[in-house]
Amino acid sequence: MGTTRDSAQENARMHELSIAQSIIEIVNEHVPTGDGASVKTVRLTVGQMAGVVVDSLEFCFVAITQGTPLEGARLEISSIPLRARCASCGKESEIEPTLFACPLCGERELTITGGRELQINEIELYDAEAPA
Amino acid sequence: MSVVTIERKVLEKNDEIARKNRELFARHGVFVCNVVSSPGAGKTSILERALEHLAGRLKVAVIEGDVQTDLDAQRVARYHVPAVQIVTAGGCHLEANLVRDALASLDLSQISLLIIENVGNLVCPSNYDLGEELKIVVASTTEGDDKPLKYPAMFRNASVLIINKIDLLPYIPCDITKLRANALQINPSLQVFETSCTTGSGIPAFCDWLVSRCSTLAGR
Repeated sequence: MGTTRDSAQENARMHELSIAQSIIEIVNEHVPTGDGASVKTVRLTVGQMAGVVVDSLEFCFVAITQGTPLEGARLEISSIPLRARCASCGKESEIEPTLFACPLCGERELTITGGRELQINEIELYDAEAPA
Repeated sequence: MSVVTIERKVLEKNDEIARKNRELFARHGVFVCNVVSSPGAGKTSILERALEHLAGRLKVAVIEGDVQTDLDAQRVARYHVPAVQIVTAGGCHLEANLVRDALASLDLSQISLLIIENVGNLVCPSNYDLGEELKIVVASTTEGDDKPLKYPAMFRNASVLIINKIDLLPYIPCDITKLRANALQINPSLQVFETSCTTGSGIPAFCDWLVSRCSTLAGR
């Protein structure tokens, strides 16, 4: 008989929710009050192959910030296309995720150079005197 | 308007725990595979057949990830290997901290191969490093030959592809040559095995590969 370990209930129900939770934790570490109340915008970079559905992430972020100090903060997401360096011609290009071939020479051996990012770049705060 | 620069990876906490898991596996010389697929592709069945073949050859332990129930851990434990079930209670993937916690129930010094069976899902598990040496993706013939094109990230991140349920090929419109070609188009370095858990075909080859990977690791 195997051993069962129930994971914590706070474990996310879908991974965009889990990602939204991680974003909130990191943001709260960077605001002076620690509660995110002064945050106007959160700027993220999401790669095309990061496995994140942007619409789901935005939906989850709005849902779990409701009723918290971060409510109303906006997610601003820059999408990064999939890019790779070709082992044959050495050039870097944008790659079709379902093709994975160098668009210049057709080579299949590629090293991914971009498109897997999932990063918080910066946050924009309201001015202390004039909160919304 | 003031701007605070952060520039931190969203999943840095998971990556850090995964790094520690990986260190722990290396210290004990344990070869760790993270097995992923869509639900019903046959991950647990492959595991059962492999455990039969590996009895007496490798000391194996299994971590099972499921949304609900410990049915899979019960199936695996019949083969007299240590099996820990992680119930994610709705969570669609395993995270490194869940694996770290499950490791508390295993004696890593007594095993050479740890198989982590992830939650059935071809999207979310590709984001979360668990500390494994490599990912094995299972695609079954009944899912169709275009699966790799629909989920390129998972097929790109995996090192091994197991095409399962090959015994059904005469009855279904799946072109296995096309399935293989589609997968290799996404990831030319994939090592491919073709298996049937009903006939046992391909299981010995997969097990020989596991044994050889474990001995390579032991020789490091």
